[in-house]
Amino acid sequence: MTSQTTAVSVISCAKTFPDGTRALEPMDLEVAGGETVVLLGPSGCGKTTLLRIIAGLEMPDKSGRVLFNGEDVTTKLIEKRNVGMVFQSYALFPNMSVRDNVAYGLKVRKSARSEIEGRVSEMLEMMHINDLADRRIDQLSGGQRQRVALARAIAVRPRVLLLDEPLTALDALLRDRLRVEIDTLLRSLGITAIYVTHDQAEAMALGDRIVVMSKGKIAQIGTPRDIYYKPQNEFVADFIGTVNRLRRSDVRQLTGMEGEHILFRPEDAEIAPPDEAHFTGRVSSAFFLGDRTRLVLDGVGEAPVVIESPMREVFNVGAQIPIRIRPEGIMTLPAGEGDA
Amino acid sequence: MDRREYPKFFLLILPAAVVFIAFFIIPMVRLAVVGGSGELGLAAYMSFITTPRHLESMIATVLLSFSVTLAALAISTASGLFLVRNRFMGRETLISMLTFPLAFPGVVIGFLVIMLAGRQGLIGEVTKALTGSKMVFAYSMTGLFIGYLYFSIPRVILTIMAAAEKLDPALEEAARSLGAAPWRVIKDVVLPALRPGLIASGAICFATSMGAFGTAFTLATNIDVLPMTIYTEFTLNANIASAASLSIILGLVTWVALFIARSLSGSTVAASG
Repeated sequence: MTSQTTAVSVISCAKTFPDGTRALEPMDLEVAGGETVVLLGPSGCGKTTLLRIIAGLEMPDKSGRVLFNGEDVTTKLIEKRNVGMVFQSYALFPNMSVRDNVAYGLKVRKSARSEIEGRVSEMLEMMHINDLADRRIDQLSGGQRQRVALARAIAVRPRVLLLDEPLTALDALLRDRLRVEIDTLLRSLGITAIYVTHDQAEAMALGDRIVVMSKGKIAQIGTPRDIYYKPQNEFVADFIGTVNRLRRSDVRQLTGMEGEHILFRPEDAEIAPPDEAHFTGRVSSAFFLGDRTRLVLDGVGEAPVVIESPMREVFNVGAQIPIRIRPEGIMTLPAGEGDA
Repeated sequence: MDRREYPKFFLLILPAAVVFIAFFIIPMVRLAVVGGSGELGLAAYMSFITTPRHLESMIATVLLSFSVTLAALAISTASGLFLVRNRFMGRETLISMLTFPLAFPGVVIGFLVIMLAGRQGLIGEVTKALTGSKMVFAYSMTGLFIGYLYFSIPRVILTIMAAAEKLDPALEEAARSLGAAPWRVIKDVVLPALRPGLIASGAICFATSMGAFGTAFTLATNIDVLPMTIYTEFTLNANIASAASLSIILGLVTWVALFIARSLSGSTVAASG
């Protein structure tokens, strides 16, 4: 593919809608060439607005600027930005066949017929949809549609690929399969990609870096490991995975800790001999998940504590279980962030 | 269907059949028979070709209806899309006002055209003040065109708006992201999506214009549209056979025109798909 990748810079972009609602607080974001960045957050956090500003579908408020490799594209409309877009609703043209959908961007660019044909076959091949080339769109399943949409978006060799919740409309099994395909595709193309989702598993799997957003602001930027193991604030800790929160006074034998609260993930707790335990909880419910059992314990802190056990033991509701937290699994939030 | 079900079936279909026969089949057959029973016999059905007055009337009516349909579709598509996509003060009121002229009889619309472009009309007064000569076109083809357009737009715009509401905005955004200029988005995405609505409302618009009588009657123009010719044959010339045959022909021509429009638009889709 293209040897030159495109870096994207978002500089103090904010978005206020005409009715006065602030969808996005002023923010900066640097995406390196060839990097996959995932914008993650609950609905209404501004992630789609940010993507649409980068795409050129929305204009940022006055002071904001968007640069592609240093070139200011803020006032360039989307049709001039050369970005590929993939939508949650697929947005395939229903009046055209699969082949014509994939060829559309090249036809608009008035590429030579032979070039279009070659390129379209290459794309169909890459997305494993050669057999569907002459189908109508309404004859395709959801997964096939999204493959066509991807082929159509990358056929024009865009500078940046923008994906807006591309897997949300698919069922769970298909979602997992297509997630792997998208990951392979992005790695092999080496294209700069910005991916919007509210699904943290998707974000973890696909992102080189994740931008966690909340209420129009960036809550944290980091690698999936950073986000998961070193959340910088309460919101990130709660939004990514499951996290338990205990007061220091709820646990025994833990020393040298800063802050009022300690946080830990379910998988970092283990059942221990009573004299090594940090606390004891009463089983209020137990869910057998096959590879592990998820236990909800009460009687420890204010909120129930969730832990996971890989053991084959059967847990009875009401049983008292001594728990030890693995030292490396204990998280503390930076000062001022932990006591919300 | 089970053979034993037949009596029940006929019993159930009877009311609809009676109404259909009484109000559709019998009058149509009567009309067709009357049309062929004049001095000319069955040749009366060719009078729209053989009688110059009738031929002129037919051509004028088809051209008028055709241009009104095209203009109504163009205006309604542009304004319908605008109304669907933009939110502004008074939008709801404006949309409900659009359906207001639907109930107007042709006479009232003719009267409105006279007030606008008649001898005492607004346009006449303004052009007289500006240029010294009165501009009057209420009683010409232009006057008819404006009157017909006026009652066609409400019929078309609501259908277009309903179709446009269902259009996924992401489709246009996808086309734009692939580099399509605005006109290209309209041609490749918007119009194909609106096509069923355009055909349906265009058909109604064309048929209504072909048969419109009140507006033409009020404007008392020097152009005889076909319904006016039928009226003249019927009342003034008492040529009932001629009026009847022209009525059948009017119906047939409209039906054929709509049939052609439908199959043409069908084949363009097959070609592009």
